[in-house]
Amino acid sequence: MSDDHDHHDGDDDHELRVSKIRDGTVIDHVRGGQALNVLAILGIDGTDGEEVSIGMNVPSDRFARKDIVKVEGRELSQDEVDVLSLIAPDATINIVRDYDVVEKHRVERPEVVEGVLSCPNAGCITTGDEPVTSRFSVLEDGVRCSYCERIVREEIASLIDT
Amino acid sequence: MRHDHLITSKQLSRADIETVLDRAAEIDADPSAVADRHANTLLGLLFFEPSTRTKMSFETAMKRLGGDVVDMGSVESSSVKKGETLADTVRVIEGYTDALVLRHPKQGAATMASEFVDVPLLNAGDGAGHHPTQTMLDLYTIRENAGLDDLTIGIMGDLKYGRTVHSLAHALTNFETQQHFISPESLQLPREVVYDLHQRQDGSGIKEHESLEAVLPSLDVLYVTRIQRERFPDENEYQKVAGEYQIDAATLEAASDDLTVMHPLPRVDEIAPEIDDTDHAAYFEQAHNGVPVRMALLDLLLSDDRGIRGEADE
Repeated sequence: MSDDHDHHDGDDDHELRVSKIRDGTVIDHVRGGQALNVLAILGIDGTDGEEVSIGMNVPSDRFARKDIVKVEGRELSQDEVDVLSLIAPDATINIVRDYDVVEKHRVERPEVVEGVLSCPNAGCITTGDEPVTSRFSVLEDGVRCSYCERIVREEIASLIDT
Repeated sequence: MRHDHLITSKQLSRADIETVLDRAAEIDADPSAVADRHANTLLGLLFFEPSTRTKMSFETAMKRLGGDVVDMGSVESSSVKKGETLADTVRVIEGYTDALVLRHPKQGAATMASEFVDVPLLNAGDGAGHHPTQTMLDLYTIRENAGLDDLTIGIMGDLKYGRTVHSLAHALTNFETQQHFISPESLQLPREVVYDLHQRQDGSGIKEHESLEAVLPSLDVLYVTRIQRERFPDENEYQKVAGEYQIDAATLEAASDDLTVMHPLPRVDEIAPEIDDTDHAAYFEQAHNGVPVRMALLDLLLSDDRGIRGEADE
């Protein structure tokens, strides 16, 4: 028994750990341990009833360990997934329809991310009660608040606005 | 109708800066020529932090252009005390006035406020962020005294929290300058500012030091800022550090005769009063330049056919 949409990298033996989906999105090659951050950054917490499967620290050919996230019934757009590049730069996105992978693409680093991260600078105007959406420009090696200009290079996942 | 805002000095090109400084020089030479130029114009002053000279020089500038000001007053007596957001405050006052001046303790406040208003908004200081109108009067003073190209400048004191320093350093990257930053290690330039300076200029134009001694003889301008007591955990440490960044007549014996000494004021004891009467001292002239420079900024921002964008950016 094989899982069609994961054929490409020879991880088939391990795919049984995560059930295959009929229609939706498979986010593969997420760095081991980042799957929950992937869901957080996408704003998926299960409260809307989405069917979500997660494999964490699954052995992989490409990495020693990888995470996989499968979201049933939802096709994520390029804009939605590009923000994942901040925490899962090697992720691949598979759009599945009727058990077949119909689209496959990589995440690309966006120039700007809006409303996903919150600024860690307590002196920043965006951390108060102002009606403003956070905005970060994406640098080669980090992100930068467009308001207070603070640069964050480490632990970007900790900035995810939940 | 075009309306620019003035939020940070980073937004300004060399041509923009020269547009403002040239206009300031015209106004300085003949202030009476613009005495009625902005009659019936109202400037809104929103100072969420105390200010004496910035606020008074904006008020003077607007009145010398024939206009007037309306002042929110202190935060204690305003609706901010009731919990109103800055976004709401600026949208309300925008309806009363033709332009806004904002000082606020939070970084990025002016950037955010400018997204909510259509009238020109001038940043008069946002936390440890930027203070671009101070930068324009600093640049004007430097141009008058030493010229802006082939300039070697030392910027000394509290470089970490000093927003005037951050704005000035950014602006100077538009010119051929060698910038020496002199401070105790704990008050060095924020890494964000160093990052930006390196993006703008290759690293050779930027050097950081803990002592003034080695670089003083090479300087055309020494820009001194105040090291604040509250930045240090205890009085002893403050006294030990602050003393190394104070200058007096003996310090300046090693300096060039043409050295220009500047300070954004207020000073406490960073510059000994004995220097006030020497040819080095330019800090009172610098403070006076706040009026013609702010007149120039208001004139350009309030004129339908102008703005602060120089032609190079068109």
